[in-house]
Amino acid sequence: MSVNVQPWPRSRQMILDRVRTATQSVAKGVGELEGAYAALPRGYIHSGELSEEARVALMIKRLREYDAEVVECAPEEVPAAIAMQLASSGWHTFVVPAGLPAMWLTPGFEWKIDHDLMASEIEQAEGVITAAFCGVADSGTIVLHHSAAEARRVLTLLPDWHLCVLRASQVVETLPEYFGRYEQAPGLATFISGPSATADIEMKRIKGVHGPRFLDVVLVRDG
Amino acid sequence: MSAAADHPILDPALAPPFPVAALPVLRNPELRKNVAHAIDVIQTKRARLVAEKADWQELRAAAAAIKDETLANLGAYLEQFEERCTAAGGHVHWAADAAEARRIILELLREEGADEVIKIKTMTSAEIQLNPFLEAAGVRAHETDLAEIILQLGQGEPSHIVVPALHVNRSQVREIFARTMGIENLSDDPKALTSAARNYLRQKFLTIPTAISGANFLVAETGSVAIVESEGNGRMCLTLPKTMITLAGIEKVVPRFQDLEVMLQLLARSATGERMSPYISLWTGVTPGDGPQKFHVVLLDNERSSILARKTERQTLRCIRCAACMNTCPVYRQTGGHAYGSVYPGPIGAILTPQLMEMHHAQSLPYASSLCGACYEICPVKINIPEVLLELRSQVVNQERGHARRFFDPMYLGLRVANLIFSRAWLFHTAQFFGRVGLKLFTHKDGWIHSLPSVGGKWTQARDLRGLQSQTFNRWWAAREREKR
Repeated sequence: MSVNVQPWPRSRQMILDRVRTATQSVAKGVGELEGAYAALPRGYIHSGELSEEARVALMIKRLREYDAEVVECAPEEVPAAIAMQLASSGWHTFVVPAGLPAMWLTPGFEWKIDHDLMASEIEQAEGVITAAFCGVADSGTIVLHHSAAEARRVLTLLPDWHLCVLRASQVVETLPEYFGRYEQAPGLATFISGPSATADIEMKRIKGVHGPRFLDVVLVRDG
Repeated sequence: MSAAADHPILDPALAPPFPVAALPVLRNPELRKNVAHAIDVIQTKRARLVAEKADWQELRAAAAAIKDETLANLGAYLEQFEERCTAAGGHVHWAADAAEARRIILELLREEGADEVIKIKTMTSAEIQLNPFLEAAGVRAHETDLAEIILQLGQGEPSHIVVPALHVNRSQVREIFARTMGIENLSDDPKALTSAARNYLRQKFLTIPTAISGANFLVAETGSVAIVESEGNGRMCLTLPKTMITLAGIEKVVPRFQDLEVMLQLLARSATGERMSPYISLWTGVTPGDGPQKFHVVLLDNERSSILARKTERQTLRCIRCAACMNTCPVYRQTGGHAYGSVYPGPIGAILTPQLMEMHHAQSLPYASSLCGACYEICPVKINIPEVLLELRSQVVNQERGHARRFFDPMYLGLRVANLIFSRAWLFHTAQFFGRVGLKLFTHKDGWIHSLPSVGGKWTQARDLRGLQSQTFNRWWAAREREKR
């Protein structure tokens, strides 16, 4: 059976009428609300106080608390650092986004470059390498905006190992600082804080439920 | 697990009153142990992580203010969300009540020709009782959150909004998985059980092309949806399928993307005692080449606009569903979640459920509290739950005021007699004397009253009462004054 689903115009108007009656709000659009919004109290901490050195050290500490292996390197050492991580991972098949620098793809491994790969093809890869948009040291969070080097969302989801290349200059201390870093709010974003985990059975924390079970980071000292 | 007679009913229209529904748990030490253990673990982690946050109170104040501003102008923000989501390729539907939301979702599924659907944990879908409805219509809904699978396969009911199966222990999970997944020699190690669930779901994620989710936040400014989770089942459901249907209460909107800097910091710490939940996903309509290419949002009113209209009760809609209130509640700790007869248990459930029922059901829930205020103190969006509880209690009393049977109700009879006695000193002293003599008959050797007859039995059914002292304060004071002289 095929039904062409149209929005229910009657309920739409009814709900909006009920909401407007309930709130007694006369605002015709959010444009009229900018003043009230700007006046909201925001006394919380916006910017951190750590030096760059301490900020990056905190990021590394948090990532290690999540059992991520973190290697640091200079910008020109990135391919070598990746090669070392690949060799010690014990895995062979990797998938990467098309926007990743070609020199990061160490010879001697099987590389699948994502030109609209099917989910089933991505699933067969053992690992994935991506860049990142931002790191938040306070919570050890890696933020992806899924640009050409940060991969489509499915790439960082199906393989069991995610190797993420994060530059020290991308690391901020607090979450509000991340929200000051983009020109325009992203359409897609994934915040990753440690590997996939659950505590649903007797509150015992188990790592690796559905997402990648292993998250490792190459931290590039570009400061 | 429990006998069929004890199977919890989470439909507020059918569930027994709280004191009755609480009995199976109060009589089940294993269940109480499971609940207390889970709560202790979360509370310890939460307390440690909140303590390290120097600006916790400022974050709470900001979150409450953001939510209040959104609610005060909800119509404008909803329209902005609709406009931005539609511009990004999403379809926005409006459901006035649970029945309409169910019908819209079913029609969307029919349009896809779907007879199976994968789901991200959503309490809102439980609120509208979506799964049984879809089942009856021939669509099998597969829950994918580990706790939800345990409940779905074990035919259990959620007892908490963040960790819904916290009342089930590992050996019970082992039994459910071994039986329903057909795995022999399954160990009861949570690691083995988790891995069994991973294998069970992997094929479903890769093959079922339609998914249903809730939403933690809707962003009006961008038309985006945010999902906060731990396991990655959410990411699977919102990335792999061709079609995604998101069901969200109209109160889930925040004005701007940047508001998430407040909400996300509060939510993870309050809900699971983490600095940040492992995965937070944000998407906006449809992105070509990445994720579902058809996206629907169903905005659900279902009495929320009535709650919005009430001054004291409006704050109920600030809730971000972190469950901190139930984790800290001394009543929830003893009774667990099923006693509340609703998918929303604990203090927030005690105020939300009766309001969602237009005060026609669940009238016992506003009384399921000692009014100790722990829930208000812990709430990341500063909902004054005790204040709302009192307001709802007064509404329940007003409802009963018109009833003829109330005139003969032993409680109201007692209150009228008390009114008479308390207004005359000589009557009060006489009553005290006889009461003291009378209660002595029921006072146990240990100084406690464990059971009373008749109406008094309702009180002692769930509590012990301290026996009265041998003399009143008045007489003791008078005697003391005499001795002084």
